[in-house]
Amino acid sequence: MSDAVADKPQAITSRHDPRYQVTLYEHVGVENAWTLDYYLSHDGYGAAKKALTTMQPDDVVGEVKKSGLRGRGGAGFPTGVKWSFMPKPDGRQRFILCNGDESEPGSFKDRYIFEDDPHQLIEGLIIAGYAIQATKGVVYIRGEYHKGYERLVAAVKEARDAGYLGKNLFNSGFEFDVIVHRGAGAYICGEETALMNSFEGLRGNPRMKPPFPAQAGVYGRPTTINNVTSITSSVHIIRHGANWFAGMGPEDSRGTKLYQVSGCVNKPGVYEMPMGATFGELIHDFAGGTSEPAKAFIPGGSSTPMVPFTDEYLSAPMSYDGIVEKGSMLGTGGIIVIPQEKCIVNFMWNCIRFYGHESCGKCTPCREGVATWMPKMFQKLVMGRGEPGDLELIETMSDNIKGTGFCVHADAAMWPIDASIKHFRDEYEYIIEHGVSKYPRTTWWKD
Amino acid sequence: MTQLPVITPYFADKQEVVDEILGRYPDYGRRSAVMPLLWEVQRGERHINEARIAEIADIVGMHATEVKGVMSFYSTYHEHPVGKYHLQVCATLSCSLAGADEMYDYLVDKLGIVNGETDKEGRFSIQKVECLGSCGTAPVLQVNDTYFECVTRSRCQHLLDQMRADSLPEPWRERGGDNVSAEKAQPLQTPASQTSGGES
Repeated sequence: MSDAVADKPQAITSRHDPRYQVTLYEHVGVENAWTLDYYLSHDGYGAAKKALTTMQPDDVVGEVKKSGLRGRGGAGFPTGVKWSFMPKPDGRQRFILCNGDESEPGSFKDRYIFEDDPHQLIEGLIIAGYAIQATKGVVYIRGEYHKGYERLVAAVKEARDAGYLGKNLFNSGFEFDVIVHRGAGAYICGEETALMNSFEGLRGNPRMKPPFPAQAGVYGRPTTINNVTSITSSVHIIRHGANWFAGMGPEDSRGTKLYQVSGCVNKPGVYEMPMGATFGELIHDFAGGTSEPAKAFIPGGSSTPMVPFTDEYLSAPMSYDGIVEKGSMLGTGGIIVIPQEKCIVNFMWNCIRFYGHESCGKCTPCREGVATWMPKMFQKLVMGRGEPGDLELIETMSDNIKGTGFCVHADAAMWPIDASIKHFRDEYEYIIEHGVSKYPRTTWWKD
Repeated sequence: MTQLPVITPYFADKQEVVDEILGRYPDYGRRSAVMPLLWEVQRGERHINEARIAEIADIVGMHATEVKGVMSFYSTYHEHPVGKYHLQVCATLSCSLAGADEMYDYLVDKLGIVNGETDKEGRFSIQKVECLGSCGTAPVLQVNDTYFECVTRSRCQHLLDQMRADSLPEPWRERGGDNVSAEKAQPLQTPASQTSGGES
C-alpha cells in the first residue's frame, strides 16, 4: 500500500501547491481575450486539432473517462460515462447541448466564460461533438446574459469565417456547427429536459425520463447535455492529457474547478482551484476572509444545505464526496457566506420565494407547496405572526413535498429549509415566540 | 364611419431577419424560432401584443395560444410596454445580502412606481427579478440589457440622474476573483514533474 503511494506523486489538492496552474480561467479578465486572434495566439483550437487529427472519437471519450471529470453543473455525473451512453450512429442527427442557463443563486462562473472566453467553449463543443459524433452543437444561454450572448455569437461567426466551424475541420472530414439559443428567464430551464423543451419552442416543463436524452433528446434525436465548464474542461484534458487532470483532487473528484464566492467576504468572485481544496482555503486565502462575522455558508448554490461557519465545515474538502459527509452537497460550487447579523428566517424567506417564483407549475406538490404554502408560512413568520406549531408544520410540509415532483426542483427548495432549521432552530423559535427577529438588522446597502 | 386601424405586421419589411432566425435551426425544428422571434419583437416594441403573437404563430406554424403559452412561461417577455429604461432589480440571496431590498425601496421612492409598473411618461419601469448571475458583484441593477454591478447608493443616484438626462453611461467594469494578467496568461506547459509522474 505504502509503495503504491510512493510511486505516484501526491495529488494536487491545494492552490498553494506550486505545481498548480490556472487553466479554465486563464484568459478571463484579459482585455480582448474574446477575440479569435487572441485565442489563436494562446494555443487556441490546438486541443480540437489534436483530438480531430490524432484521436478516434472513442479515444476522446476514453481520455475524458480516464481523467475522472465529473459534471460541473451540480449533479456531478461522470462526463465521459455520459458521453458513452450515446447510441451507435444510426444516421440520425445527433446533438451536443451545452447548458448555459446558469440561474442557481450563488453561481456566476459561466457568465465570465461567455463574456471573456467564448472560443474556449466553442473548442470544447467541437471536442465533445467529435467524441459523441454529433455534428451540431447547441449553446443554450440564459436570456439575461446579453453581453455574453453577443460575444458568443460574434465568436461563433469568427470561428465559422476562419474555418474552425463548418465542414471538414482540420482536414479530418469532421463537420460541426454551433447554434446559439437564448433563453428568457426561467430557472427550471437549467433542468436538462426542460432545457430541451425550451429549445424546441415549447414551455420549459421537465420531461419524463426515460427516455433519456441520449436515446431521445432534442427533437427526439440522440443528445448529450453538459454544463459549460464540463465542456471547457475537456479542452484542457485533451491538451494536457488525462493524467494531468487526474493528478489533481481526491479519488472521487478529479481535476480543477471554478468556485464562486459571494456574500460577506472581502474579495467575492470566481476562483479556480483544484478539487479537494478546503472551503477555508478559498474563503480565507483567496476571497480575503469575511468582511464581517459570519455564521453560516452555503457550499454550492442556493439549493445545497447551508452549514455553520465553523472550522469543522471550513476544513472540509471541496469535493463531491467530501462535503456530502458533512451533510451538504458541492452543487455548482457557488459559495454564499451568510453574515452573523442576517436573520436566517428572513434569508430563507428570500430563498423559498425564489423557488416559488421559479416553479414551473407542472406538479401539484411543487406548485402548491413550494410556490404557495411554503412562502406564505415564511412570510407569516417574518411578519411576526408566527404561532406555536408553525415550525413543526413547515417540517411536515417539507417532508411531504420532497420526492413527489417530476424533477428535483421541489427537493432542491426543501433541502436548504431543512438545513436552516437543523442548524438555526433557535432563530425560528425566537421569531415565533417574540414576533420579531433575533437579528433585526435591515440595512445592508453601501453608500 | 369609424375606420378600423390597420396593423402593419412587424416583420412586413424585415423578411431577412425572419430568414436569418429560421435559418439557425434545422427544418424540422422550425418552432425553435419562436423565442428569438419574440425577442426580436420585444427589442423593437418593448412588449409583445396579441397581433404580434398571432404573426409569430403564423411564421413558425403554431397556434397563437401556444405562442402565448411559451411567452407567458418566461419572465422577461412583456405583455405591456415597459419603460424606455426598464430597471430590473435582482432580489435574490447574494444581492439581498448586499442591500438589494433597500435599492428597490429607493427606486420605488424616487420614481413613484412599484414592481411591474411603468411611469406616465414611459421613461421608467421597475421589475423585481430573480438571480441575474452577478452574485460576486452584488447588488446588480439591469437596465434593459445592460448590467450595472456593485451598485452603491451614490452610484444608483448617479445612474438615475443620467437616465433622466437620457444619457445612460457605459457600465463600469467590476470583476472580483481571479484576474490573471495578460502577461501571465501564456500557454500552459505541463510541469515536467507531473508528466513523468503520470507515466511512471
